[in-house]
Amino acid sequence: MSDNILQVQTLAQYVAANNKLPEVLFWVGCAGSFDDRAKKITKAFVRILNHSKVDFAVLGTEESCTGDPAKRSGNEFLFQMQAMTNIDVLNSYGVKKIVTACPHCFNTLKNEYPELGGNYDVVHHTTFLKSLLDDGRLKVEGGSFKGKKITFHDPCYLGRANDVYEAPRELLRKLEVELLEMKKCRQNGLCCGAGGAQMFKEPEKGNKDVNIERTEQALELQPEVIAAGCPFCNTMMTDGVKNKEKEADVSVMDIAEIIANAKDL
Amino acid sequence: MEYIDNICFALVFITGITFFTKSIRKIIRNIRLGQSIERSDNQNIRLKNMLRIAFGQSKMVKKPIAGFLHLIVYIGFIVINIELLEIIIDGLFGTHRVFAFIGTPYNYLIGAFEVLAFLVLVAVVVFWVRRNVIKIKRFLSPEMKGWPKSDGNLILYFEIVLMLLFLTMNASDYLLQALGAPHYAKSEGIIGAFPISKTFIVPLLSSFDISSLIVVERLSWWLHIVGILVFLNYLYFSKHLHILLAFPNTYYGNIAPKGKFRNLESVTNEVKLMMDPDADPFATPDPAETTSDNVPDKFGASDVIDLNWVQLLNAYTCTECGRCTSECPANQTGKKLSPRKIMMDTRDRLEEVGKNIDKNGSFVPDGKQLLNDYISKEELWACTTCNACVEACPVSIDPLSIINEMRTYLVMEESAAPTDLNNMMSNIENNGAPWPFNQMDRLNWSNEK
Ligand code: SF4
Ligand code: SF4
Repeated sequence: MSDNILQVQTLAQYVAANNKLPEVLFWVGCAGSFDDRAKKITKAFVRILNHSKVDFAVLGTEESCTGDPAKRSGNEFLFQMQAMTNIDVLNSYGVKKIVTACPHCFNTLKNEYPELGGNYDVVHHTTFLKSLLDDGRLKVEGGSFKGKKITFHDPCYLGRANDVYEAPRELLRKLEVELLEMKKCRQNGLCCGAGGAQMFKEPEKGNKDVNIERTEQALELQPEVIAAGCPFCNTMMTDGVKNKEKEADVSVMDIAEIIANAKDL
Repeated sequence: MEYIDNICFALVFITGITFFTKSIRKIIRNIRLGQSIERSDNQNIRLKNMLRIAFGQSKMVKKPIAGFLHLIVYIGFIVINIELLEIIIDGLFGTHRVFAFIGTPYNYLIGAFEVLAFLVLVAVVVFWVRRNVIKIKRFLSPEMKGWPKSDGNLILYFEIVLMLLFLTMNASDYLLQALGAPHYAKSEGIIGAFPISKTFIVPLLSSFDISSLIVVERLSWWLHIVGILVFLNYLYFSKHLHILLAFPNTYYGNIAPKGKFRNLESVTNEVKLMMDPDADPFATPDPAETTSDNVPDKFGASDVIDLNWVQLLNAYTCTECGRCTSECPANQTGKKLSPRKIMMDTRDRLEEVGKNIDKNGSFVPDGKQLLNDYISKEELWACTTCNACVEACPVSIDPLSIINEMRTYLVMEESAAPTDLNNMMSNIENNGAPWPFNQMDRLNWSNEK
């Protein structure tokens, strides 16, 4: 990976300098901002945006949790406080289009903010990358990943929750990887175990952890890479692979990382 | 005494239907105990969903074997019911095969009913084997002990008996026609085609004389129709209610993206008030926003009457098939949570509340509720909100919405979230992130290597 300095502007800076809105606001999300593993995804995505000369900005310190984990935990009050605060910020800039690499942020911004006054065109980063591809702004072809066995784990909040199944797969196909499907995929995909705020608590008593079950399903295919589209899935699957002591053979990577990597960005 | 048969039949029939109507009214009353929710929008989409999912069984065939067998029983059920119409008319007016005037198509029809009845028998036997011999895992969960298990089998026995009676009735009827028995035989010759009963049952009856055959025919005719009336009245106590409720349930099902959870309006009003520096807390509320009946006295759900009517309709519709539970990540990894149990508990509790109302005129607190007495916190907190259960359900039931509304109650009314979640939430409150990081550091990643 090159050491190119990331070009990132906050929306405030952008608007002050250009007196207009950027093409898209990149909603980084809490994991993407703070989690060490997820920050790598954020940076990979920004490298692609820079490379494709996408006019974007982030909220930076003006961004706050969308409230997703609070809502899924049942704290509707905290969720709506977060939502309204964020909507105030977004609307004060007149934001129209948002891209995010987190399916939870994606789902919440897209589905739950409109009723509270936040109406934006929200896309997941895989869909956005796909559109860059379609517009010819991003060229992706079989590079270092050509022929590699890769399986894609559907994030619940991207797939079942919002019916986005193909964008990430099309990107992988463009990379000419050997795309393998787990027995449980797309609509029937098994959760990684992180959703519904499970990420932040110990699991209930059972005989196995969900991420282990899912990792086993992925490992059955003997992939070289498990592709993810969500920072939380990424963590869960990475832990699963470690638990199975397979980290030397199998890496867990976000679609953005795979593309950035293939393009040597 | 000439009309005694017809009068008896009319009485039996009316009694059966009356009791059935009573059950239906009770179900409707119980469902209406639920909170309101808007589901009268997008009628075209809803109609299509109903036709596709309930009528077209589109989700059933996701499991091909069970789906195919179910399809046979379902088609059999619908088609053989056409014959029921004739049976009822014959019963009321003392006619014999009143639709026979249609001619040749009638023969095909009866022949088709017979073939279907046979296929239903085969399917039902396979179902029985799946439940009792192969012991498919989703039929063995803890919530499937006792009545739900017997219910599942009873229905199969019912179907077997009904189909056998139908075929026996046809067999004896055929023989009576062939023997030229008065009332049965027609000048046109034999009416109806009997491919199955002729092959399997007629040989058993061939030595019978006319009077014994009449006894057999009348007996199977009567038992068949009474059996169907009993079956109809059995529905209320059974998972088999889905044969009726699958239709409204798929119609009123959620059509928004599955990831969209409901925003509580009552909370919105409060939050708006808190966030608006100019808001006058003593101002008269805008009547459009707050009507007296949409301000709930509590947040979330701890009992069935806190749920909305669609969730209650869901509970009555549940077929107890366990497709949801077998897809549930929590259940698959040995946690107590089973989305099917969430639905069964909701129905059981709703029935209990309904009985309480029957007895007392209106609901008298019984010291019980859905939360804890039926559904434990441990179950609720095990859910990953992954929507696998919702996706798997062949009749558009949404167990997740109940789980999340009960979590809302736990958190907002009882502050009873697991400690880890409380920490996460106070982090969000204080730092705008679920972890204890400073919001001012949110952009640090852009300068890190
Ligand atoms: S949403 Fe909850 S109950 Fe439904 S399948 Fe997923 S974990 Fe299980
Ligand atoms: S909720 Fe749906 S999938 Fe689950 S048992 Fe009931 S009918 Fe079957």
